[in-house]
Amino acid sequence: MTIFAYFCRMKKIHIVLLVLIAAAIAVLITFLKGTSTYETVAEAKLTADKFVHVAVKLDKSAPVEYDAQKDPNYLSFHAIDAEDSTQRMKVVYRKGEIPNLIISEKLVLKGKYQTDHFECRDVQTKCPSKYKDDPNAAVKVIQKATEPAPAKNNSSASK
Amino acid sequence: MDYIGEHRLPGQLGHFFIVLSLIASLVATFSYFKSARATTDSDAGYWKKFARFSFITESISVFAVIGLLIYILSSHLFEYKYAWQHSSRSLEFKYLLAGLWEGQEGSFLLWSVWHCVLGLILIKTSKKWEAPVMTVISFAQFCLATMIAGIYIFGWKMGSNPFILLRDSGVLDNAPALHLNFDTAQSFKPDYLSFIKDGNDLNPLLQNYWMVIHPPVLFLGFASTIVPFAFAVAGLWTKQFGEWTKPALPWSLFSAAALGVGIMMGAKWAYESLTFGGYWAWDPVENASLVPWMVLIAGIHTTLIYKHSGHSLRATHLFFILTFGFILYSTFLTRTGILGDASVHAFTGEGNSLMFHLIALMAVFLIPSFWLFFSNYKTIPTIKKEESGSSREFWMFIGSLVFFLSAILIIGKTSLPVLNKLFNIKKAPPEDPEFSYNSIQVYVAVIIGLLTAVAQYLKYKRTESKFFRKKILAPTIISVIGASLMLAFGNINYVKKGPGFQAAIWMAAACSLYAIIANASYIWIGLKGKLKLSGGSIAHTGFGMVLLGILLSSSKKEVLSTNSNGIIAPVSGMDDPRENLTLIKGVPADMGKYTLTYESDSAHPKKQLWFYGVRFKSKDGKEEFVLKPNAFVNYKGNEGLMANPDAKHYWDHDVFTYITSLPNPNRQEDTASFKPNKLKAGDSLFYSSGYMVLQDVRPVTNVPAEIAQILGKDGKIYETPLKVFSKTGSIFTITPKLTYAKGDRIAVPDTLTQENLVLQLQAVNPDNSIQLGIKEPQNLMKYVTLKAYKFPFINLLWLGVIVTAAGIIISMVRRIQLNRSSISQS
Repeated sequence: MTIFAYFCRMKKIHIVLLVLIAAAIAVLITFLKGTSTYETVAEAKLTADKFVHVAVKLDKSAPVEYDAQKDPNYLSFHAIDAEDSTQRMKVVYRKGEIPNLIISEKLVLKGKYQTDHFECRDVQTKCPSKYKDDPNAAVKVIQKATEPAPAKNNSSASK
Repeated sequence: MDYIGEHRLPGQLGHFFIVLSLIASLVATFSYFKSARATTDSDAGYWKKFARFSFITESISVFAVIGLLIYILSSHLFEYKYAWQHSSRSLEFKYLLAGLWEGQEGSFLLWSVWHCVLGLILIKTSKKWEAPVMTVISFAQFCLATMIAGIYIFGWKMGSNPFILLRDSGVLDNAPALHLNFDTAQSFKPDYLSFIKDGNDLNPLLQNYWMVIHPPVLFLGFASTIVPFAFAVAGLWTKQFGEWTKPALPWSLFSAAALGVGIMMGAKWAYESLTFGGYWAWDPVENASLVPWMVLIAGIHTTLIYKHSGHSLRATHLFFILTFGFILYSTFLTRTGILGDASVHAFTGEGNSLMFHLIALMAVFLIPSFWLFFSNYKTIPTIKKEESGSSREFWMFIGSLVFFLSAILIIGKTSLPVLNKLFNIKKAPPEDPEFSYNSIQVYVAVIIGLLTAVAQYLKYKRTESKFFRKKILAPTIISVIGASLMLAFGNINYVKKGPGFQAAIWMAAACSLYAIIANASYIWIGLKGKLKLSGGSIAHTGFGMVLLGILLSSSKKEVLSTNSNGIIAPVSGMDDPRENLTLIKGVPADMGKYTLTYESDSAHPKKQLWFYGVRFKSKDGKEEFVLKPNAFVNYKGNEGLMANPDAKHYWDHDVFTYITSLPNPNRQEDTASFKPNKLKAGDSLFYSSGYMVLQDVRPVTNVPAEIAQILGKDGKIYETPLKVFSKTGSIFTITPKLTYAKGDRIAVPDTLTQENLVLQLQAVNPDNSIQLGIKEPQNLMKYVTLKAYKFPFINLLWLGVIVTAAGIIISMVRRIQLNRSSISQS
């Protein structure tokens, strides 16, 4: 009864406040329930058909399959787990070519593992920053600049 | 050791001014603090004078620092890491500014510069509020100065200095060619600088005019949020609760306009060039700047409530403190790299020292402010009497609250990576991250649209229901008719997420339309067409347009390039959007209502940037236009494609296309081989689309000593300039080289990408004739793969942004005038 009496004495604005905050908390909880998880390649294979995020690297020993003239949407490649290089899987991506796939140092794949491959819905490429994290890249840039008289294709403008 | 060619003076001056700004801002903080706490007028005046002098010194230092940095960038002084890292000789002048704020240090400087400008205006205008308000701002300046100090304190590196030399930065440490005796353990060669001929350049994606104007406006918005924050803190500190809201109001309005426009400039940029498929993706970086804006808007509305009814003063304090708090938090999110895999924006964190630095920054501002707020909470005046349900303030407060909570939800979701770090969990964004935002925010749009439409027609304190009904009747009827027509004939059919979401979109669209019509009418019904007084109504009309523009353009967005001629792949439970389309050069392809032909390609005269001409022809023959999306290909040795879209703009929609894939010359290398040809100087040689003339066969004479050392006694480098005359009329010069070193022959192929031509100087014969290998890897098939979208009613969004900003500015001017007249009256 006392609680009821307390509610009766509350201002309208306080009731609105409570309702809105309750709604906001409910939304956040629903959001947290709906979140996906980061998994390894091995875990993704175990939890097939579950939507997961997997951090991988491109397996450069296998070819990247993409033929724009045959099917401009179909891309497939092999990925190695970012942490465990023995874990490998085939990845199929149906949104076309991924820019910077070849030079990426890390990929975050979002999708589901299905029977023999990972159906990737979205992919995020992490490219090596041109110098900061990768001293070798910086050296390459410098060495390129220090080559004896670098060849230049001077495209003098037409007409 | 002395190094040849280094310009040390600008750097030394830069260091000096950074230290000066650090000290001067600290002195200004202390003096303003003393002035605010002084008990006698003469004391206060004395400290204030000293504080002003310090703050002006500080401002001069900051301007000097930024001026020196611009000088270093524009003079291509690559001995400085900042110039090397963010610019190059080929970079156009306007992009030097973009290079300036591409870097961490430059963007902090930009922020600091705006604080100086705002601070100087406050010194001139804020009168009795100067001392406490400027204490806060001077302290913020001190904090920003620490970000670029680059000083070591007890082994902890505080900030990152923009004047650090390239050779001190570690970038060159692993390049043997620059060290004495090619030994990286030894020091640099005295003439190391002569090897560094060009800078690393600005990221080509950022070579865009938006990169020149978007950051300054956004940072003006960021910087200006400190003013209402400083006033709120000053009010709590000096216990003049509420009084500060008057001078703070025009500043908050200014900040809302600047930050809002800054954010939307970013959205326009994303729409125009970043090929994220739209202007807004709920990316953490976007959210991090939107959230403070939303809280600021809530704060502005509670300020008005307080002004007219005396309610909501506590909330106003809280909102302005949080606005600035979220600005700091957003800096923390975007600069430290904590977002990691969650954002498409690449941010490389400066490591842990920056992380702790920014956490310390948040703590040092927020802990004292919240302490002031909560310790004074009971004494902040409130009104015991409840707001009437028919009052404007009641509904305004609910609107502010909804806006604020919506901001909290957004930042909560955005902070998932922070939660992961804090609790050591590995939660990832949900399956459809955008929908997780949209599904909630669409209801916020319903509520805000409705409240925005109705609230103006209510009066503060209490509204006669007869009066209210009479005034709001006409706009409501018009809106109901308008919304019915829009929903009936507008084809707003977004069924992907089920009928519930579709209904929510319909409701939100109707409420936004109501907001537009009701607020536009209020200018005449309520304010009798006096535009000077209608800032609020204009801003709300604009905001309604923004909402409607977002709803229509997003729900009616169409993928035009749906692939219909490829093989139908087995769709195994996953959606297969098939959004890419390949066009073979010269062959018309079918794409929905259009026929597309890839007609031409052309190169940028200076950069490795190609333009692809694609003709769009509608099947009914009514429309025909050519779009030229472009792409950087293998820019500066980075294999890959960086595409920029092109769009055809109509008043009611945009047709938008960008390149997603191109034939890769490297990938096809194996299919063609070099065809050897014997040539003498003056001889010409044909290839598939032109001919070339051998100009000369000559040894390279100016070989640097250490290269000569590698070549050996009989080593030689030959070069053979060739003039290539293309059928298209272009003339190119290409100079293949051949190196003989210690018996080896090193031939590096040279590519003339514009002509799909690869040349290799294979041998130089004793009679000075040469053997030249020619390869034309992909003259068989030229194609592009692209995506095309239609964005309807996108212009409503951009127009809405302009109208909103104009309305806010009108309000601001009006508030300044009101403040002035109230001062002259008293």
